[in-house]
Amino acid sequence: MPKSSTSSRLAVRKTYKLYVAGKFPRSESGRTYLVDGDNVALASRKDARDAVVAARAAQPKWAGATAYNRGQVLYRIAEMLEARRGEFKALGVAGSEVDAAVDRWVWYAGWSDKIAQIAGGANPVAGPFFNISAPEPTGVVGVIAPETLLGLVSVIAPAVVTGNTVVVVASNPQAAITLAEVLATSDVPGGVVNVLTGRAAEIAPWLASHDDVNALDLSGVGDSELATELERAAAGTLKRVVRPVSGVDYSEDPGTGAMTALLEIKTVWHPKGF
Amino acid sequence: MTATATSRLSHLADSPADLRTFLHGLPGVDKVGIEARAAALGTRSVKTTSKAQAIDLAIRMVDLTTLEGADTPGKVRALSAKALRPDPADPTCPPVAAVCVYPAMVPTAAAVLAGSGVHLASVATAFPSGQAPLEVKLADTRDAVAGGADEIDMVISRGAFLAGDYAKVFDEIVAVKEAAGPAHLKVILETGELATYDNVRRASWLAMLAGADFIKTSTGKVGVNATPPVTLLMLEAVRDFRERYGRQVGVKPAGGIRTTKDAIKYLVMINETCGDDWLSPDWFRFGASSLLNDLLMQRTKLTTGHYAGPDYFTLD
Repeated sequence: MPKSSTSSRLAVRKTYKLYVAGKFPRSESGRTYLVDGDNVALASRKDARDAVVAARAAQPKWAGATAYNRGQVLYRIAEMLEARRGEFKALGVAGSEVDAAVDRWVWYAGWSDKIAQIAGGANPVAGPFFNISAPEPTGVVGVIAPETLLGLVSVIAPAVVTGNTVVVVASNPQAAITLAEVLATSDVPGGVVNVLTGRAAEIAPWLASHDDVNALDLSGVGDSELATELERAAAGTLKRVVRPVSGVDYSEDPGTGAMTALLEIKTVWHPKGF
Repeated sequence: MTATATSRLSHLADSPADLRTFLHGLPGVDKVGIEARAAALGTRSVKTTSKAQAIDLAIRMVDLTTLEGADTPGKVRALSAKALRPDPADPTCPPVAAVCVYPAMVPTAAAVLAGSGVHLASVATAFPSGQAPLEVKLADTRDAVAGGADEIDMVISRGAFLAGDYAKVFDEIVAVKEAAGPAHLKVILETGELATYDNVRRASWLAMLAGADFIKTSTGKVGVNATPPVTLLMLEAVRDFRERYGRQVGVKPAGGIRTTKDAIKYLVMINETCGDDWLSPDWFRFGASSLLNDLLMQRTKLTTGHYAGPDYFTLD
């Protein structure tokens, strides 16, 4: 006997789509795959291409925003993540890990207006010149993200806080797209963070060889053969490559290394005196 | 047939009333139909070797354009050099069809392009508004031709056309054609200002009857530029015109075409509407500036196997 419509309602099932240019499109290929019973978009190389275009378009304005502004936006992400902790718990992320992820956003938010003093400064030179080094963002960064929520935050935050924009290949799609929903409601301009869900082995080589990607973070690549291949492809365009030596414990104090790895130092000479 | 056609043409030229009757006797355009048809033709998938051929053809069809108040001789020289060899890293990349500049820049471009086979087009006749006395327009045209332009892109008087003074528009085109002498005449209809598809069809026929070698959609200086439905309509017009009068006229969409995908959609549209005869730089052109870089990036992607970035191509 059919159930009466008043006694039960239809389940609203969620499709986890990509996050590109501030929107949540399906994969251009139309492909999806199942992860723990959820329908998830399976990104193709063309989605990666579109994401790079979006990241490039967003980069100058994001890098041009004041450090204070970027810090506020990152802090806003922490606020929104805090408010949505229930959704991450429902996905099986431990409460302590959500705490740590929120804290990590706050920690990096604080660095936005301080990293320049750590990574740059005035240099003593043997001549009548002011010599000043200032860090600048590398540009568009391709990120192969680790699986955990804390790992994901720990690779995105240090890249974007200094003015880079990122194309993230996420290996834990539900948590990554839920984080993308947090970003979409946190004053992060569209295109600053783009999240692709799918197979790293399929998408990453296109990011590694892409002429318009400036750096590659291989933190989430477990297969060392693939990592070597990606490093080789990245060398073709002289990309910066971040390749952690062994398993990183993301719960530890991250230090400034993740930020400085994605910075370029510009040094200016200026005559003084007279 | 040709004799009759010629006599009918001169008949139309002599009588403004007959010209009006003829233009208003053209069948009305099915707006929904032509938009649906243009959209349907945009869904074809062109891949691998076909795509490579399409890209090379599209590059050969580009009228590389710079029409800014800020154009300098240096910029025009650089653009002309790019026209000759769009991708300096790849000698197999074909040159573009033409360079398109303001009349004042024609001698500068001519010095670079001389003898290369790349045409030199110049806008004339008080581009882009066309709101100037006929003598000024003719002088503008003669100057450009004297400077070395072998193609003239003229604008029609939209004011006169919209006011229904078809004879004035007709006579102006005839006069400019005469002033242009041996140079090819492209007539810009500025479809964005013509308001209706019916007007676009009438303006296309009017320009062709008056002797246009090419009909061109837009100046690129108004809000609405080349759109697929308008280009489709103009392709139908040149096809029907050749059937009726035996003379082939080219089509040039201009403005707003920025991506390889768009360009390939237009190529599909030509093939499906007019057939092979128009699939050549002699009969179809893209008026564009940023399109070329996207074509080059796609071409590089096909030859190298990885995505290209804009950093590796010149800005203009």
